[in-house]
Amino acid sequence: MKKLLSGLALAAALSSPVLAQPTDILNVSYDISRELFEAVNAKFVPSYAADAGVTVTVNQSHAGSSKQAGLIKEGLEGDVVTFNQVIDIDTLAKAEYVAADWKAKFANNASPFYSLPAFLVREGNPKAINGWADLAKDGVQIIFPNPKTSGNGRYTYLAARAWATEEYASDEAKIEEYLKKVFANVPVFETGGRAATTTFVENGIGDVLITFEAEVLGTLKIAGEDKFDAVSPAVSLLAEFPVAVVDKVVDARGSRAIAEAYLNYLYSPEGQDIAGAFFHRVHEEAAVAKYAGQFPEVRLVTVEDVFGGWDKVQPEHFAEGGLLDKVFLNQ
Amino acid sequence: MQTSTDRNVRGTSGAQKPRSAAAWSLIGLVYVLGALVLAMPLVLIIATGFRNGLAAWLASNLEPDTLHAIWLTVLTAIVVVPINIVFGVCAAWLVTRFRFPGRRLLMTFIDIPFSISPIVAGVVYLFLYGAQGLFGPLLESFGIKIMFTVWAIFLVSLFVTSPFVARELIPLMEQQGSEDEEAALSLGANGWQIFWNVTLPNIKWALLYGALLCTARVIGEFGAVSVVSGAIRSKTMTLPLQIELLFNDFNVAGAFAAASTLTLLAVVTIVAKGLLENKKGG
Repeated sequence: MKKLLSGLALAAALSSPVLAQPTDILNVSYDISRELFEAVNAKFVPSYAADAGVTVTVNQSHAGSSKQAGLIKEGLEGDVVTFNQVIDIDTLAKAEYVAADWKAKFANNASPFYSLPAFLVREGNPKAINGWADLAKDGVQIIFPNPKTSGNGRYTYLAARAWATEEYASDEAKIEEYLKKVFANVPVFETGGRAATTTFVENGIGDVLITFEAEVLGTLKIAGEDKFDAVSPAVSLLAEFPVAVVDKVVDARGSRAIAEAYLNYLYSPEGQDIAGAFFHRVHEEAAVAKYAGQFPEVRLVTVEDVFGGWDKVQPEHFAEGGLLDKVFLNQ
Repeated sequence: MQTSTDRNVRGTSGAQKPRSAAAWSLIGLVYVLGALVLAMPLVLIIATGFRNGLAAWLASNLEPDTLHAIWLTVLTAIVVVPINIVFGVCAAWLVTRFRFPGRRLLMTFIDIPFSISPIVAGVVYLFLYGAQGLFGPLLESFGIKIMFTVWAIFLVSLFVTSPFVARELIPLMEQQGSEDEEAALSLGANGWQIFWNVTLPNIKWALLYGALLCTARVIGEFGAVSVVSGAIRSKTMTLPLQIELLFNDFNVAGAFAAASTLTLLAVVTIVAKGLLENKKGG
């Protein structure tokens, strides 16, 4: 056993660059950001080489945001996380993987760009799905990822609840009845956002896909405007995409400089331009102006306004036996 | 099916008596179902993979991520299969040549990976070696990383495929008995000589057959590997994971090209297995 352990230690020492300064970082991200970060990485590498004189590699790992947070706690060595939900980074902060004040480390609540839950329907919108109310109709099949594993799915749940809270004047019984109908209309819950898109687009299941606007517009571009239509609900929920340096990992590996440069790059004019090109709503002025035309007007409410912040949302809605479990009966 | 075969066996001394209409239609049904369920998908995968021509197929497979996935899959087989051959031979030798308390129990243990769903195997390894797992903190204090590295992929593949060689050898060695070895022993052969010159020649075909089954399974394993891989592109993606990733990336052409490569790897293994079966059978 001792021999085996020392053999493994030797192998680990040989395979991990503990001694040398690392030239690679791992970006652990949510499911549907694959294309975005492929594009970002392709531009970041030459930009960093020009600044720092080192050619680095940015590795990518994508899955449901909460699943990814769980894997980091199990030892997945992500140098940075680019998630789609505050609470997924908060759990890493609680486990002391990221700084407690991570939100203050980068601008806009450490969220370089944002989006909102929107709808993708089949060409001509045959089921006439134009807003949140239509999701509870009989015979409408809805696809969105599992709120238990996917930040994307949680935004959908919260956005529907935010709409219902206004619509039913905070009458909890009516809100729950509405949400139960919505969940009952979902034939299959995928674990991540992209699998949900694939189910809707490739497998042809469902009348409406609810996912981030960025994914809706991106899918429309790839899969064809003659097959699908994008529908923006009149009101939706601000979906921030927070980022953080994983201190525990970068301090162990010595990769902090690259990790911070990488996240700062997301705020740079080039980074914001790429995010806009992938249908994310951005903050930097030139990029905002350039991509303004592709985003319809949507009244955005926030988690803070409707639900009193993520600190309250997590225990009230998503903890075991919380409000989500009351309406998510077909999980 | 069973009854029609039985009737044929009972009713004929030779093999070539005309069969009844029912027997023929059953045989036809098996062929039709076999074509629909087994052959069609196989042909479809390979045909779709090569739909855009050999050059496009090659280009898809030479994509750095996919090429790395192919390499990692082959590497996993290279690491795992020899270990499982050694394990299988040792285990089979132990339970067929010795009688000891707990022997039956050991044979059941060897079978466990057969009956456990691979995804459960993956989760168990995560619970054991993850940073929050049983041994995770200890390993971390030595600076050893297992989860989300290729080591984790090797480990779960080892677990999932560990019974294959042993399961092939145990019935054969049980049936052969230990007379040959006892004879060799009485003639003064030592342990290694007995193994190399007596045991191994007796079991070589079954051993190869088990190794090929093991290889096929290692190459195709998805569930267990997906739990412990961490899905890092160009690092911990095996070919089955890469195919799912390509498919979810809307890269259907790339997914089918990679799928056809995986299928071809499997077909080569199966054909080799078929040839061996002929040898083994006579």
